[in-house]
Amino acid sequence: MASTDTSTQTPAAGPGQGGDLAGLEAGLDALDSVRVERTPFTQVLLQKVLPPVLAVVLVLVVWKVLVLAHVTPDYKLPDPSAVWDSLRDLWLRGTLFDIIWTSVSRGLLGFLAALAIGTPLGLLVARVRFVRAALGPLLSGLQSLPSVAWVPAAVIWLGITDSAMYAVILLGAVPSIANGLVSGIDQVPPLYLRAGRTLGATGARGAWHVLLPAALPGYIAGLKQGWAFSWRSLMAAELIASSPDLGLGLGQYLENARTDSDMPSVLLGIILILFVGIAIDLIVFSPLERRVLRNRGLAPAGR
Amino acid sequence: MTRALTDHSTTAATEDDTPPAVRLDHVHKSFGRPGATQPVLDDITLDVRPGEFVCLLGASGCGKSTLLNLVAGLDRPTSGTIEVPGGRPALMFQEHALFPWLTAGRNVELALRLRGVPRQERRPEAERLLELVRLGGAYGKRVHELSGGMRQRVALARALAQDSKLLLMDEPFAALDAITRDVLHHELTRIWSEARLSVLFVTHNVREAVRLGQRVVLLSSRPGRVAREWAVGIPQPRRIEDAAVADLSVEITEELRGEIRRHGQH
Repeated sequence: MASTDTSTQTPAAGPGQGGDLAGLEAGLDALDSVRVERTPFTQVLLQKVLPPVLAVVLVLVVWKVLVLAHVTPDYKLPDPSAVWDSLRDLWLRGTLFDIIWTSVSRGLLGFLAALAIGTPLGLLVARVRFVRAALGPLLSGLQSLPSVAWVPAAVIWLGITDSAMYAVILLGAVPSIANGLVSGIDQVPPLYLRAGRTLGATGARGAWHVLLPAALPGYIAGLKQGWAFSWRSLMAAELIASSPDLGLGLGQYLENARTDSDMPSVLLGIILILFVGIAIDLIVFSPLERRVLRNRGLAPAGR
Repeated sequence: MTRALTDHSTTAATEDDTPPAVRLDHVHKSFGRPGATQPVLDDITLDVRPGEFVCLLGASGCGKSTLLNLVAGLDRPTSGTIEVPGGRPALMFQEHALFPWLTAGRNVELALRLRGVPRQERRPEAERLLELVRLGGAYGKRVHELSGGMRQRVALARALAQDSKLLLMDEPFAALDAITRDVLHHELTRIWSEARLSVLFVTHNVREAVRLGQRVVLLSSRPGRVAREWAVGIPQPRRIEDAAVADLSVEITEELRGEIRRHGQH
């Protein structure tokens, strides 16, 4: 019964109770814990690798069938083997990797510059109300502007130079990266910020220990999109503003092939551009994203 | 004083010379724009003595969480004063609020780091605190790998890492199943008595309040006022199914029902 006597407090672990509860607790912990298992390798092979390989094979088969059926003349739709020969030719001349590297190095350098500009810009837009009101709509709008639209302006301002290429990449990628960070920060659950403040993480320490790590998934999604925009913008710029002085990149290779009406090389150019875009995503961004999401329990293990 | 004291109550808090762990003095809190304010807390005067376990009980709309936010310093009262002599209190939420990008141990270490504990002492201290909540092996576990009860225990370890003598708890066990909650009640009372903490524990669960508290304070709703309080003299260790706990719960529940009924009348 209730009484006014509150002085008879004894340690809570009473006889026969502590042991019981410790056992109960261990049982609960074991029952409720989420077990994280890795998917076996063969299953990954079957579920992740096989379907895209089959899709590529299917495309090749349809292509070959269309060629055999003579639906259109050779110079419009060459045999897959002709494209293969173009690739072999580039390989034997030793220029294949030079062409790819010219474009990839430009793309990555431009992307890194976009990263260095887009990140502080995104932070400013997300955290400073005036900057957000001023630049927020502009940044979202720029994201939907195809960056190829900047090529004529860049060429007039900077000439047909590397600088023009980088300008187009920046204009394409900076808004994506900044917007990614803004939406990442906007989606941080307020509870984390409250918890951070009660722990004493305020101001810069709050940003570093709570806000930025919490915004990381959105930021990485922005980086991924930023890379896609960098690569697309660069190809557009290389195609339009091609000049022998700039060195042969994938865009120029494609443009040269068009001038020579060399359809196998045109197709090869398209395939190589696609290949590089996918490869960078698979090598750099997807593992990064997967790691971040898996650490937070946001993606099923083994994916 | 606005308290309605009953024969179970005590006024010992005001007669003690040692400074209280928290002192709320005529605290008012309103929300909304000037001219159209909504009072949420009305004239709350309440002390928590050092080492005391006080449960704040009330139906929805009594401003329990607002009150904790005020004591935690996350918000300011409209009028009245709040003294927390021991500095920034630790706060535990209904959701575990652990950071999912850190492991269980790193969550605890972050609290230590923000408190200024030197780097080389953090790891052993975090392990000691996890050991205290009986999660010795969970240092490297990700938050999503832990059960609800384990997450709340890590959250408790993180709160203890702040080394505050005052622990504020905002319905921390409300989302747990009954058996897990029972285990955590036991762990909390054990740690409370070992660490000599002062606890201000908000709940809407009468049984929980009686199971845990030395004093149960009933708040009325809209605005929140101290309606009545009880000193719980049942010695620890208590069990939630103890007859004495049940009896007092019945009495308090009846009072709480009365408070809620009043709102249906106008």
